[in-house]
Amino acid sequence: MLLIKNGRVLDPASKTDARLDVLIDKGRVTKLAAGISAADAIVLDAANCIVAPGFIDLHCHLREPGGEISETIESGAQSAARGGFTAICPMPNTQPVNDNASVTRSIMERAAAVSPVRVWPIGAASKESKGEQLADIAAMQQAGAVAISDDGKPVATARLLRQVMDYCGPLGLPVIDHCEDSSLAAGGVMREGPRSIRLGLKGMPAAAESICAGRDIEIAALTGGRLHIAHLSTRGSLEHVRAAKRRSLAVTCEVTPHHFTLIDEDVQYDSRFKMNPPLASRDDRDALLEGLSDGTVDAIATDHAPHHPASKDVEFDRAPFGITGFETAIALALGELVHTNRISLMRMVELFTAGPARVLGLQGKTERNLAEGSAADITIFSIDRAWTYRAVESPSRSRNTPFDGRDFRGGPVATIVAGKIAWRS
Amino acid sequence: MRIIEKRQLMSADEIRRTLERLAHEIVEKSGGAKDLALIGVRRRGIPLAERLAKSIRTSSKAEIPVGTLDITLYRDDLSTVAPQPVVQSSEISFPVDDRDLLLVDDVLYTGRTVRAAMNGLFDLGRPRRIRLCVLIDRGHRELPVEASFIGRAVETTDAEIIEVRLNEIDHEERVMVMDRVD
Amino acid sequence: MPHRFRHLLAIEPLTREQITFLLDQAKPFQEFQRYPLKKLATLRGKTVALAFFENSTRTRISFSTAASRLGADQMNLQAESSSLKKGESLSDTVRTLEAMKPDAIVIRHSSSGAAEFVSTRVDVPVVNAGDGTHEHPTQALLDALTIRDRAGALDNCNITIIGDILHSRVARSNIHLLSKFGARITLCGPAMWLPRELDSLAPGIRRLPRLEEALEGADVIMALRIQQERLHEPSLSADEYILRYQLTPARVRLANPSAIVLHPGPMIRGLEIDPAVADSLQSCILEQVTNGLAIRMAILFELIAGSAEPQEQSKESPHAAH
Repeated sequence: MLLIKNGRVLDPASKTDARLDVLIDKGRVTKLAAGISAADAIVLDAANCIVAPGFIDLHCHLREPGGEISETIESGAQSAARGGFTAICPMPNTQPVNDNASVTRSIMERAAAVSPVRVWPIGAASKESKGEQLADIAAMQQAGAVAISDDGKPVATARLLRQVMDYCGPLGLPVIDHCEDSSLAAGGVMREGPRSIRLGLKGMPAAAESICAGRDIEIAALTGGRLHIAHLSTRGSLEHVRAAKRRSLAVTCEVTPHHFTLIDEDVQYDSRFKMNPPLASRDDRDALLEGLSDGTVDAIATDHAPHHPASKDVEFDRAPFGITGFETAIALALGELVHTNRISLMRMVELFTAGPARVLGLQGKTERNLAEGSAADITIFSIDRAWTYRAVESPSRSRNTPFDGRDFRGGPVATIVAGKIAWRS
Repeated sequence: MRIIEKRQLMSADEIRRTLERLAHEIVEKSGGAKDLALIGVRRRGIPLAERLAKSIRTSSKAEIPVGTLDITLYRDDLSTVAPQPVVQSSEISFPVDDRDLLLVDDVLYTGRTVRAAMNGLFDLGRPRRIRLCVLIDRGHRELPVEASFIGRAVETTDAEIIEVRLNEIDHEERVMVMDRVD
Repeated sequence: MPHRFRHLLAIEPLTREQITFLLDQAKPFQEFQRYPLKKLATLRGKTVALAFFENSTRTRISFSTAASRLGADQMNLQAESSSLKKGESLSDTVRTLEAMKPDAIVIRHSSSGAAEFVSTRVDVPVVNAGDGTHEHPTQALLDALTIRDRAGALDNCNITIIGDILHSRVARSNIHLLSKFGARITLCGPAMWLPRELDSLAPGIRRLPRLEEALEGADVIMALRIQQERLHEPSLSADEYILRYQLTPARVRLANPSAIVLHPGPMIRGLEIDPAVADSLQSCILEQVTNGLAIRMAILFELIAGSAEPQEQSKESPHAAH
């Protein structure tokens, strides 16, 4: 039995914002009330902290199988727990690609053995993500996949995307797309703009993303399927999503913490600033902040992309794309969004909980709420505790983050998964 | 560590008279000043060379060309150039081959500057003869270098510094012995 | 007033005073190129590592000659034979070089930022001989020296740069340098090589796609070399380029009568420049080469002499008399 005392409970699903204690037994929330006492329970004092439903990361890379030098399911999940996440969705661009049930099953089994947090794999849309044949989508779903994507690349053609969305519709699976027009973006290593000109680095224009987002949304309209746009980073894409929602299409989108924190002007000759989609313009970032505030954006997802240090210690244009992100997500959201009064604390929690749940189609299942009877997945975080993030302390095998050494106000304090403490500070 | 003045070696007047004497000696011992040219070693050797040339022109009507030599690139030890190396042009507008050259500098000490100056001159050609004229010879040679024309010879210790101030550069005119004090 | 330089990685961060200092320091070395015996012992015992990961004959020979004339030894690393082709990372390659204790590393590389990358990983002065499409500082310095010598001053000159500006590190370095002296810069070339973002490099930049218009009032004309591979990306035929952008005598006459013509080399006669212009009195192309040697000698001297450990109480110190 676990008793969380003195915390401020925030649950977007029930709109609860109150000082309540939470009693947990056998993996479920058994009581939610003020002033609970329980003699045999382990007590977690959450004074001055927020107690929220377990955070979900819709987008990450765990590299296992095949890329264990950079990360494993175990090291990535430990990092996620440290970041306050109770459930993570790893993308299928592993080696081999997660395009069939046996790979999905092996990921699930490995996670069950070593992961302190829930692992919900995302299966590939096409075989080997080559963009030709459909992957074994239904089989992967049965093995545990919760969504479909060819992330790392866009779903290759409009025609393939249509087939995938038609196929996934009846299965109730959302299709997640990494929006990028390859012909425009090819060879680019950062956002095309004054900064790329000054640094002499080939740029990817913002239009490369929004053109593809527009295409995808039309296919969503054509098929009636559920489309989720991964790591949205431009004003153009956001406006497409806004218009799609007005048309009542089942279109959702996510934004990463680095995209609402940094911009292209921050890029230096340091591969810790290199990721895809690249850091965008100031105006794009402003648009993302608007979208986070007005509800156009459904979720914050980290796109945690570990790369072992030697692979990133190369010239900018040769470095692989991606930065880690589990452990700084909450702190960045607090710092950039809440402390600046752009969004409320409740809205922030929604972006990490009810929003992702809705994308995955879990909203009907009260499992994910913080209510009596629901699964005891809980994220406890502080909104003002001062701390400094040091990459060297992370359980992740990789250190590629531009936020190393950054001071934060507020961050994760404890992560509870299925009633067990997965991590505490 | 500070540098303080210990005593004055030469006043403006003494400098003037010494240079006049040197000018006469140079003409006497140069066999009529044929092919003679003065090379002032940057920095203070330059105004000294110019004054000597002027004096020679006044007294014997001979027009002696004056060149300037920057020895920064010829020093035998880069660390003496650091921390802020500044190299300037040498200007020797006459050919050096077969010339009777007279190097002019303010102080002769270890002899390394003169050695560097000679290296510089040999890069330009093959002079017939190189001699040296200095205002002060303070001893403590580390190389076999001698001056043919000396303004004043002084005994000094290694801790002392000879400071020459000339109007063209320092806006005052005198020579002092300085001491290093902790 | 002397300045201290640890590396020479880019023009952008330098001040006008620092640039003027470097140009002034090159003058004695220009003189030196006229001496009968072009060999100094200044950097004797010092080693300059030439790490050229990108093919280059002229720049490499220029740096190599500069080092030799200063009396320094060289370590030569060339792209074809380099271990980089065998998969060794740049990081490891330069650390290996560093272990052989060079006194300076001159690097040319196809990645923008490579010179800075190297400077943060080794404790040796680094000279950027061209990094990707970012900067080529010694080229801009020798161009500035040439302009200053021919035109008298760098201030307020009208310069027109022609060609593939987008991919040109020479253009970028020149834009940064000349704008610090108040130059009025006009960029000219096919639109796809002249993106709007170039305007942000310096105040008052003009972008004109028509060469005739761009040459009006120019004091300095800089023709960039056309990288043949880029002519096809997207398709622009050599004939099209010649028709619209070749620097011909008739076009040069549209500029100021005293205008000078520069080219970083190697030039393709008959492509970006008419042979008659290349060989005319207005052309400074050969002076650029001589000045390149002077600039590079000055840079190597500054960086290596400037990094020598100062002796304590040296008898020959600037304060003591000698």
